[in-house]
Amino acid sequence: MTTLETTKPTEKKRDRYSAGVMEYRKMGYWQPDYEPKDTDVIALFRVTPQDGVDPIEASAAVAGESSTATWTVVWTDRLTACDKYRAKCYRVDPVPNTPGSWFAYIAYDLDLFENGSIANLSASIIGNVFGFKPLKALRLEDMRLPVAYVKTFDGPATGIVVERERLDKFGRPLLGATVKPKLGLSGRNYGRVVYEALKGGLDFTKDDENINSQPFMHWRDRFLYCMEAVNKAQAATGEVKGTYLNVTAGTMEEMYERAEFAKQLGSSIVMIDLIIGYTAIQSMAKWARRNDMILHLHRAGHSTYTRQKSHGVSFRVITKWMRLAGVDHIHAGTVVGKLEGDPHTTKGYYDLCREDFVPQNLAHGIFFDQDWASTRKLMPVASGGIHAGQMHQLIDLLGEDVVLQFGGGTIGHPMGIQAGAIANRVALEAMIFARNEGRDIVNEGPEILKAASKHCLPLKQALDTWKDVTFNYSSTDTPDFVPQVTAAE
Amino acid sequence: MRLTQGAFSFLPDLTDAQIAKQVQYCIDKGWAVNIEFTDDPHPRNTYWEMWGMPMFDVKDAAGIVFELNECRKAHAGHNYIRVSAFDSTHTWESLRLSFITDRPADEPGFALERQEVDGRAIRYTTRSYAAQRPEGTRY
Repeated sequence: MTTLETTKPTEKKRDRYSAGVMEYRKMGYWQPDYEPKDTDVIALFRVTPQDGVDPIEASAAVAGESSTATWTVVWTDRLTACDKYRAKCYRVDPVPNTPGSWFAYIAYDLDLFENGSIANLSASIIGNVFGFKPLKALRLEDMRLPVAYVKTFDGPATGIVVERERLDKFGRPLLGATVKPKLGLSGRNYGRVVYEALKGGLDFTKDDENINSQPFMHWRDRFLYCMEAVNKAQAATGEVKGTYLNVTAGTMEEMYERAEFAKQLGSSIVMIDLIIGYTAIQSMAKWARRNDMILHLHRAGHSTYTRQKSHGVSFRVITKWMRLAGVDHIHAGTVVGKLEGDPHTTKGYYDLCREDFVPQNLAHGIFFDQDWASTRKLMPVASGGIHAGQMHQLIDLLGEDVVLQFGGGTIGHPMGIQAGAIANRVALEAMIFARNEGRDIVNEGPEILKAASKHCLPLKQALDTWKDVTFNYSSTDTPDFVPQVTAAE
Repeated sequence: MRLTQGAFSFLPDLTDAQIAKQVQYCIDKGWAVNIEFTDDPHPRNTYWEMWGMPMFDVKDAAGIVFELNECRKAHAGHNYIRVSAFDSTHTWESLRLSFITDRPADEPGFALERQEVDGRAIRYTTRSYAAQRPEGTRY
């Protein structure tokens, strides 16, 4: 590996295929004049080489290690169309305001990847290369997925439009809540929370990521009591209701069994966690398609690799992979809530979920035009530390095709869960109504909420309880092309 | 009970002036506004009766409110009436907004019927009290 530590070739001119070690840049992995084809997969990496390692050589090494290369020359390359299979790093730019880090653009021929397999795509792109010693850190920032590859995936089982049609809910964000406390409730008590929240006015309730089948509540008990609650609330309101039954389990067979039971009981939606893995997610998406089921994805675990800017995988890449993989809902940040979320970066994620064509937008962290070629739309979910008093900010930042989940903001209402749900629903409807009338909700939001609370005591109580709660911290994952660090506000 | 379908059922009943503003919002977005009515409010009753065709070419909310009032003359009091807006944009091609403008004076709601089946599972049926009578004589 010593060749990496020198910027100048130390060897005399030699043949490309002589045995021995050779710089990656000389093996064809650095091609500054390469023009990516429309069918190429392009990856953008943030490369932080070890001290003294040339950035071009480091980037070429990333191209090599994520495609055909190994550390030494192999003669067996010559049995293949190796020029085609080599990933080509064609551009390396310094990261703005970040000495020592570079953005490397790397193009991959479509033949390197198996149709419809996130497992195969990720095994190459984030495989061995992330542990490569000559790099201090490596981050996959963005990917351009060519239409030719996008079309090999089914995409969301249901999608935003059909979800809305099935639920008969149009023109406003959907409202949800995660049942709290997340652990310890019996099935019977858990169903009580679901019933109160749905009857009060929420569209959905949700299992949390770590509610599976524990000693205090076995999964079948939860499913049975939850469906009693859903149906009772549906009859009480005349409105379609649902609850995300988490089918995450230790094996695929167990997940299928739980999903089948949810279907048999008439649930419209089931839920999985990101930690089940890409292949399991794709299998569940296929199952959801076959069974007319909405598939909710909780992004449990993502922050272990998405949050730090220097190393890991950006959540915008995970979002793209999940739209391909075929889930219908994905948690994508709240900006104003308790969890990480820079406003510009979050806008980028939301666009990737909902638009059919997402143009390059460096200020939002989007490095490439992305054409989804009519792949169904993925519903983003905003969850974690949000409340009715922020309704105008949430609608302004996140738009209307989103599920707003107020867990504590529903269940923690001083007058009970139904009152909490009513407060959220009234705040939501009043704000959409005012926006449609042409009012400036960002500036007039608090007044609009106050006026709505005159005919809704639960909303008044909610506003009084949570009026000043904000989580105003600087984000760690921010775009590099916005001049200042942006805090939630 | 109060049927909570539609985008604005948690707000006080809308005035014609308020309806006109919402309708104008839809027209300005390029959506076609449609008026429908039903006396079967079951949450899975997708196809309410259409009051004429979606008004693709009406550019003034006053025209829609006029039609709404014509529909009310024929059906208000014993029907739900809703206003919907269709967006024909590629990859959407569905409704963008839907809200109830009129409801029967008395809303008796729904019964929930339970049939105990295998294990502890229950088959649920939501049945509208009003819809047990023939169409047109329900409210």
